[in-house]
Amino acid sequence: MRIRIKFKKYGAMKFIGHLDMMRYFQKAMRRAEIDICYSEGFSPHQIMSFAAPLGVGITSDGEYLDIEVNSTYSTKEAIERLNATMVEGVEVLDYVELYENAKKAMSVVASASYTLSYKEGYNSPYTANEWKEIIKEKFIDRSSFIIIKKTKKSEKEMDLKPLVEQFDVSDNAGTIEFSIKVTTGSTNNVKPELVLQSIYKELNLEYDTDAIQIHRKDVFAFNDKEELVPLIAFGREIL
Amino acid sequence: MTKLALSDSILMKVEKPARYIGNELNSVKKDKNQVDVRFAMAFPDVYEIGMSHLGIQILYDMFNKREDTWCERVYSPWPDLHKIMKEKNIPLFALESQEPVKNFDFLGITLQYEMCYTNILQLLDLSQIPLLAAERTNEDPIVIGGGPCTYNPEPIADFFDMFYIGEGEIMYDDLIELYKSMKKANKSREEFLHEVSKIEGIYVPSLYDVTYKENGTIDEMIPKFEDVPKKVKKQIVMDMTESVYPEKPIVPFIKVTQDRVVLEIQRGCIRGCRFCQAGMIYRPNREKNVERLKDLAVKMLKATGHEEISLSSLSSSDYSQLDELITFLIDNCNGNGVNISLPSLRIDAFSLDIMSKVQDIKKSSLTFAPEAGSQRLRDVINKGLTKEVILDGAHQAFLGGWNKVKLYFMLGLPTETEEDMKAIPELANEIAALYYDTVPKQERNGKCQITISTSFFVPKPFTPFQWAGMFEPEEYLRRAKIVNDTVKAQLNHKSIRYNWHQADVTLLEGVLARGDRKLSQAILYVYEHGGFFDAWSEFFNYDLWLEAFEKCGISIDFYAIRQRDEDEVFPWDFIDCGVTKEFMLREWHTALSETVTPNCRMRCSGCGARKYLGGVCYENKN
Repeated sequence: MRIRIKFKKYGAMKFIGHLDMMRYFQKAMRRAEIDICYSEGFSPHQIMSFAAPLGVGITSDGEYLDIEVNSTYSTKEAIERLNATMVEGVEVLDYVELYENAKKAMSVVASASYTLSYKEGYNSPYTANEWKEIIKEKFIDRSSFIIIKKTKKSEKEMDLKPLVEQFDVSDNAGTIEFSIKVTTGSTNNVKPELVLQSIYKELNLEYDTDAIQIHRKDVFAFNDKEELVPLIAFGREIL
Repeated sequence: MTKLALSDSILMKVEKPARYIGNELNSVKKDKNQVDVRFAMAFPDVYEIGMSHLGIQILYDMFNKREDTWCERVYSPWPDLHKIMKEKNIPLFALESQEPVKNFDFLGITLQYEMCYTNILQLLDLSQIPLLAAERTNEDPIVIGGGPCTYNPEPIADFFDMFYIGEGEIMYDDLIELYKSMKKANKSREEFLHEVSKIEGIYVPSLYDVTYKENGTIDEMIPKFEDVPKKVKKQIVMDMTESVYPEKPIVPFIKVTQDRVVLEIQRGCIRGCRFCQAGMIYRPNREKNVERLKDLAVKMLKATGHEEISLSSLSSSDYSQLDELITFLIDNCNGNGVNISLPSLRIDAFSLDIMSKVQDIKKSSLTFAPEAGSQRLRDVINKGLTKEVILDGAHQAFLGGWNKVKLYFMLGLPTETEEDMKAIPELANEIAALYYDTVPKQERNGKCQITISTSFFVPKPFTPFQWAGMFEPEEYLRRAKIVNDTVKAQLNHKSIRYNWHQADVTLLEGVLARGDRKLSQAILYVYEHGGFFDAWSEFFNYDLWLEAFEKCGISIDFYAIRQRDEDEVFPWDFIDCGVTKEFMLREWHTALSETVTPNCRMRCSGCGARKYLGGVCYENKN
């Protein structure tokens, strides 16, 4: 039986890297007595995979991992058991049984939504309304948005436009918050800060990575009807 | 959520920010307004090393069981963060509350090895606490040292307000109670230190005067007041079974050295190897009841989710209920991907049978620690392992499918000759030959791989070798070269690999291990000139230490190289560790006559530790 788990990661836990989160969940599975499957051999490991690695420093409301189990508790009980053994800053939100035809999370991820906001002590150079106009003029209304992507070996041109599915801004109780949804996955992958960085560059402004808190809202994949839906939609509640 | 002491921008800049955020599973958070005493427990090395230390986990659990005390952890910030904290004047903080250590009541520092001494100064410096105890005021935390290096605390005496000699489980309750009552009564630091010196096991260095003879050795060490004890008595746990032990150890986020459940099965050792300080200072041998261990194993695995459990002791094979314990672990804890690791087992039919059950034979290697290559020298050091036993163990292992063997030795042991050095590779060669002679070609899993590692011997206080001399680095390297050349000349040299330890760091360790109070100045000099993390070869700066010794008038020959006179007063003589100086001197003579002393189970040799009313000698006679 295949299970998909959704969790959130916040506070100090944003400094725990992807590989350490995997180790954290491996130990948590044993503590919560989840009947997870192990690989064969002398050093068996748990059958577990994460959807899309989250960078250090980023918080999230929508992290996913898939596991395989021999037997399972109900959704409600499994969530309770896992949350009873979580540290502050990690909370299990859902635990569902994957549909038979559902593919592994890591292979189907197509996009991810984020908010980017100014951290305490850092100010936005513009108001929300000014930003709205800037984004409309410099990004939304353009047919393409070419940037130079530098890799270790080469520089190549890339059009950001088709890879950004949403780019919006709002004033959240005095804090400017950008909502950015980008293509994510193994073939095409855009980091949300690249979008904001590119706009800063367009405006001849210095982008300070320390100033911006990135927060992932959810991760999406295409369903049978070619619609983008959150990864949790590929499973059913266990009663 | 606790506000972090370091800003996001700092944490994003430094290597492994998880070292500094706390919040690990099973770490303890309390309301600081609801406790009377705040204790910062520090390990003077990086997080991954410090988090692997069992002693801190035990004391952390013990202190936090007290409602009036909140014990938190502190580790050495890595040099990248150290630099930022110095530049920005950020005070060192404890992990749980993220609050400055300087506001705590106590800063406890565990001292596990000499090469961390400069890191003590780093902790104090970053905490913004005066480095010298004499310069501290009522506003500063009481700085207390513990752990094996306190069996000679003199080289670092100037930096500590007090030391706790022995196992922490015993006297801390008394100490905390005294502190609370004196704090309430508004007593000064001096008054507290004077009063606390009367608690058994507590040593307050500022309350003693040391006078020296013309030759530089100690003449006398006398208390400044009549009510301060002349001798400080080691404190040890006599009921290991009922003694406090963490059932819910902290689970780090990042991979640490000891990333597993550690089950301490006994303290002490019956063997009496003459080079081994642990074997002497932890006497008498005390076992934990096997039923308690079974219960702990299950609880600790459940509370941590660790994928491995390891037994801890100086010599696991000597634990009387080992068979029962391991059978239990295999039957009850080996599921769910949990591994069992069995260090320090003697290689015999029993242990090979167990290991074949819990390890992948193809990948694992067998470890022997003969410590010396020749039987003559093994008799000198009282290592009761004979060549027959080693060859027999290796033979059985080869037949069982193993083909990797690790051999540990020491070079520079007292009385060592060139023959003894050459005996090391000769033994390795014999083991390799045994493999090719006894395992038929079609059953071999490739070549056999024998790895020889040698460290250089450092004489330690409270051992029969505390009188022994050391050598210049060049001499150590000459000896390693003899071994290396002999390895290369062996018939089976392609199956043998040889590693040796750094020689200069060995000599320095020797100076610090048996030094006196005069060394504090040199340690201070090194730290103030940028030296720390000496236990890390990438940071160890031998030339800086030589410079410090020169400036402070410290002679390496005096502290490390010369052989000490039998009637010499040692800096650590004021400590009563149970094992008597007479016994050690007797052992020193027996060593020089190349004679073995039987282990404690075979015969009591009258070491003196029996006065603690425990140990196999005591139990047998009562």
